[in-house]
Amino acid sequence: MACIEARGLRKAFGKTIALAGIDLRVEDGRILGLIGPNGAGKTTALNAILGLTPYQGELKVLGRDPWRERDQLMRDVCFIADVALLPRWLRVSQALDYVAGVHPRFDRAKAEGFLAKTTISRASKVRELSKGMVTQLHLALVMAIDARLMVLDEPTLGLDLLYRKQFYDSLLNDYYDRSRTIVVTTHQVEEVQHVLTDLMFIDRGRIVFAASMEEVESRYFEVTVLPAQLAAARALKPMHERQSLGRSILLFDHSGRQQLAVLGDVRTPSIADLFVAVVGGHAGQAQGAAQ
Amino acid sequence: MNTRTDAMPDSPVGSPFAAPAPISPARRMYWSVRRELWENRSIYVAPAAVAALILVASLVGMIDLPEKMRAAVAASPARQQELIEEPYTFAALLLMFTTMVVGVFYCIDALYGERRERSVLFWKSLPVSDLTTVLAKASIPFVVLPLLTFALTVVTQAIMLLLASARLAGTGLNATLWSQISFGQMTWLLLYHLMAVHSLWWAPLWGWLLLVSAWSRRAPFLWATLPLLAIGILEKIAFNTRHFGALLEHRFLGGPEGVASTGGNMGMASLTPATPSQFLASPGLWIGLVVAAAFLAAAVQLRRSRGPI
Repeated sequence: MACIEARGLRKAFGKTIALAGIDLRVEDGRILGLIGPNGAGKTTALNAILGLTPYQGELKVLGRDPWRERDQLMRDVCFIADVALLPRWLRVSQALDYVAGVHPRFDRAKAEGFLAKTTISRASKVRELSKGMVTQLHLALVMAIDARLMVLDEPTLGLDLLYRKQFYDSLLNDYYDRSRTIVVTTHQVEEVQHVLTDLMFIDRGRIVFAASMEEVESRYFEVTVLPAQLAAARALKPMHERQSLGRSILLFDHSGRQQLAVLGDVRTPSIADLFVAVVGGHAGQAQGAAQ
Repeated sequence: MNTRTDAMPDSPVGSPFAAPAPISPARRMYWSVRRELWENRSIYVAPAAVAALILVASLVGMIDLPEKMRAAVAASPARQQELIEEPYTFAALLLMFTTMVVGVFYCIDALYGERRERSVLFWKSLPVSDLTTVLAKASIPFVVLPLLTFALTVVTQAIMLLLASARLAGTGLNATLWSQISFGQMTWLLLYHLMAVHSLWWAPLWGWLLLVSAWSRRAPFLWATLPLLAIGILEKIAFNTRHFGALLEHRFLGGPEGVASTGGNMGMASLTPATPSQFLASPGLWIGLVVAAAFLAAAVQLRRSRGPI
């Protein structure tokens, strides 16, 4: 059974179309990165998945309709929507008491274990903690929930580099176990590159790119083209071309690695470069390429 | 490069998502109410502070208590009880006024504050339904505040009575004090008044405030008050009548049908229906409860569909 399945998922706010009828399928045990510019519809898509907003079209999360069966769904789903959402008056001990009190899948000992690795005091209020510590606390609470789906909306926004690294490390080391599914949106694409199993770009309410990371690695190549080979390289119809330190870097879809190797250095593009190639500038053309 | 494989522990064998012990709705409700008390400490701190002030003031008032008692004894028998009971009634009224103000401010912020500080997204990430949340919040003015007022008032009055007794020891006035004050009846009347008026008769008020709190995007206090004023003014201009104003006045100042009219008595009796059966038979009570239920149902729907501000 797919963890998330959407067909023709649509959402409009007045005349603004946030989701223009997207199709989406996320299998169990995947880590999906949903990447897109601001206002592309990422958060709307996540809100629909979490049952926070009504929508048109078909959507099933863990076999349930999120808007109508939200209460049951939340027993198997956990999410961090934006950081620093924890109420400022809440004490750390109260947060543990409350979640343990209402959540059947919360393992308090596990949460205490995560907190023991931090400097967060049980008696502190959220307002007394630094932003990084609030995130640690929120993550400790959420990771101690034995959920089947975890949704993270910009989980590391506003955190410094050290905490961002720690965040994904603990997610992979202490939480992910192949049976869970994680959906994450972020602007810090470099940090999730080695974390994801699946990649999806969303732009203006449409999914413009969807592939597993294996596919990305076997299908897309970035070539730092030698100046003498530039004309030959361009003849192969690259998706995108950019200049860096006086060299032309071309991004190809579906070309043989051997064929490209003669043109210059070949490597797998970073998510950021792929994103720029697909979404930046000529989204329409890229949409065709992605299908 | 695939750090995923290195980082992952082995998947647990068998079903990793065994069904956990279910959590009863009552337990979710209990924790939701506790959460309200954690956030809004004024619910009990403010009345407790007022109770402490009352005790300090009555301690000062003890100085000339024997004189006051002698004056009361000299008064007509009808006035006698009233004069002696006066400080106790006053203490109860002051505490009731305090918790009512606390209740109003609590309700106005209850569903608005969590959206403003965006923490509503955290609460919604937990398996607690909007219905449970709204009912937990409604339980503060409907149940928690009346019971708290009752307990605090009884304790305050008991301490006042003991202090008075100690002061009057040896004056021979203690017998009068204890014969005039029927503590049991006072307590019963207080509980009845709190449940009948503060909880049930004012139900539409609490429902309205929670509804506005769930609905408004800014300035919930103004939204809670100005529309009512506007309706009254428009009615006056359009029809030159003031039914709406009279309706509100009747609800919040007049009290339910069957009120015992004891004249100028400032006691609680003036707000308390004469008999429970009369009160329960009054259509006003039931209309009010239906309106309150509709307001709360709307608040549940709004909490479900409205995101953070």
